[in-house]
Amino acid sequence: MSRQGTRGVDPRKVNGELFTLTYGALVAQLLRDYEDDDEVNKQLEKMGYNIGVRLIEDFLARNNSSRCNDFRETADIISKVGFKMYLGITPVVSNWSPAGDEFSLLIENNPLADFVELPPGHNNLNFSNLLCGVLKGALEMVQMDVDVRFVQDQLKGDNITELRLKFLRRLEDAIPVGED
Amino acid sequence: MTIYNLHIFDRNGTCLYYVEWNRRKSAGMSQSEEFKLMYGMIHSIKSFVSRISPTDLKDGFLNFKTNRYKLHFFETPSGLKIVINTDLGVGNIRDTLHQIYSNIYVEYVVRNPVCDLDKPITSELFQTKLDEFIRGLPFFPSRIN
Repeated sequence: MSRQGTRGVDPRKVNGELFTLTYGALVAQLLRDYEDDDEVNKQLEKMGYNIGVRLIEDFLARNNSSRCNDFRETADIISKVGFKMYLGITPVVSNWSPAGDEFSLLIENNPLADFVELPPGHNNLNFSNLLCGVLKGALEMVQMDVDVRFVQDQLKGDNITELRLKFLRRLEDAIPVGED
Repeated sequence: MTIYNLHIFDRNGTCLYYVEWNRRKSAGMSQSEEFKLMYGMIHSIKSFVSRISPTDLKDGFLNFKTNRYKLHFFETPSGLKIVINTDLGVGNIRDTLHQIYSNIYVEYVVRNPVCDLDKPITSELFQTKLDEFIRGLPFFPSRIN
């Protein structure tokens, strides 16, 4: 029995195809269950959110990073550390708004949508909408209220997949009862 | 050297977990009162420290000492707080606190889907692993008589 293939590989890393195909099966099942693109988007975002609030702890535990001072630093860490670590890609950060509270992540090869061809009649479906939820959930746990949505999608014939992140507000630390 | 007790608080001030080893004096109040008192003090020290600091803070509040014990504090950017009381012989244990977070809390609570993140931790696996870890620390052993 040879186990050499797995030697020296991080045991926490799995084959990306397994992940992609599992995700595809999930979306396909949701489409059968809800038969409505918007509802599927909503469910995907919700699941992503629940993943995100846990994923952030894993992320922080492995990176020992401290709190970000501004949104630009956040953008950098999301693309260069977060996406790299969990999906193996580094999206380009661009299209900053003048106020610095909004940016886009340009994703060239979306690993979630590797083998996907969107069937006709699903123009409203954001196939990778789970990502929006993950980002929102994770950022909320580090006290950032952020709006995340897809504005372009290669699956819909756009040249690139673009995720837009907009900083809404900083969530304040909870103050214990009876304190001021 | 020894370790007296450990608190874990979530970002809302809920005490997720409390355990004590060699504590010989009780606070003389209910446990939930004591948790609130502890969290309130941590919260106040944090804001005190950040306001009084003459330069930009990096890590903020780390620990304090009295003539009998030392309190160590660790907070993640997600607001999880770990508080450990030890005797005075214990030096800087930031790495240890980070290990408790990454190797025990994240591993056995965050990765366990049936553990709610905002409720007190009841997982026995977590409790055992934490206890093992603490008892294995070089500065745990000697029981003071």
